[in-house]
Amino acid sequence: MHNGFAIVAGLVIFFAMLTAPFALGTMTKQYKEPELKLPKNEKECIESTEWMRNNHMQLLNEWRDWALRDGKRTYTNHKGKEFTISLQNTCMKCHESKADFCDKCHNDAGVSPYCWDCHVQPEGLK
Amino acid sequence: MKNSRRTFIKLAGIAAAGLAVAPRKVLASGGQEPVKVNATAVHAKHWAMVVDTTKLHTAEAIDKLAAVCHHIHNVPKIEGKKEVKWLWHDTYAHSFPEQENPHLAEEVHERVFPLLCNHCENPPCVRVCPTKATFQRPDGIVAMDYHRCIGCRYCMAGCPYGSRSFNWGEPRLNLDLANLNPEFPTRMRGVVEKCNFCVERLAVGKMPACVEASEGAMHFGDLKDPDSEVRKVLREKFTIRRKPSAGTEPSVYYII
Repeated sequence: MHNGFAIVAGLVIFFAMLTAPFALGTMTKQYKEPELKLPKNEKECIESTEWMRNNHMQLLNEWRDWALRDGKRTYTNHKGKEFTISLQNTCMKCHESKADFCDKCHNDAGVSPYCWDCHVQPEGLK
Repeated sequence: MKNSRRTFIKLAGIAAAGLAVAPRKVLASGGQEPVKVNATAVHAKHWAMVVDTTKLHTAEAIDKLAAVCHHIHNVPKIEGKKEVKWLWHDTYAHSFPEQENPHLAEEVHERVFPLLCNHCENPPCVRVCPTKATFQRPDGIVAMDYHRCIGCRYCMAGCPYGSRSFNWGEPRLNLDLANLNPEFPTRMRGVVEKCNFCVERLAVGKMPACVEASEGAMHFGDLKDPDSEVRKVLREKFTIRRKPSAGTEPSVYYII
């Protein structure tokens, strides 16, 4: 084989780099979900925790259209309980802190939704 | 059964009959929305406002109402060309340019008039908005969806009343952050905004803030209901609207 050494060395380096993230990943710590500060006075969210974890973004997206565009501001959850549709006045009345609730996961996941460009977080604006 | 054209047509006929009997069941499979209108909301076929300018015609009185409106909607205070306003006042000549005459009663000519979004029956802003961020609700209110506004300002060009403001800068820089209304959002940079006839208050059964604060100088109600307060006032008093030749059919009427 012409230039055999160079080719094999190149392949070794290539595969080492290709698999490096996996190798490094097993060596370093396991990813842990951030610990959120849950509401003190409420035990249950408007839907189940699992459902909210997966679907809160779709729910908020639908809420904003329902409230603002359709003028329908009362939401009935899967159990038949009614809530007023409002990020600022319903969600954030229980989740008293944006920094301790929203931001923790969003920062971890590298997501920055622009909800708070307009809506006022419970901590108030600086 | 033999597979003939005759049997196929028979079966197709039966299927079509079935569709005609239960079209909702077939088409609306699980399309139920878990939302409804607030139980406490007030309703109208077409919301309208009548301003009694015999009672409300001084800059101070109008500014007081504007302060109430601007406070509950977190409207920033900016001086000059980048001003943001939902409710403001102006002279007769500026408010009713087509209805001016040189021999108008001096008292009327010297009045100032409260101005706001007219919530037109035929709103040009809605027609020109490319993203449908501004839209007309079934109850006549011309609303803004800031989530969809791309800040192109076509609506501002379309509005013959100058009722819309553009957020040139970060609106929060010009807000008194210690004295914010935490129930209502602020706006962001790069969106157009205007009076919303207090839709958020109508949804909980309250009247618009300016109407409530006006001590009877403003009337609000259903234009399509002949027994409503606004229709009663319109029947009894002579009223004009702004720029009738624009053909926008404003829902804000002025008693002169």
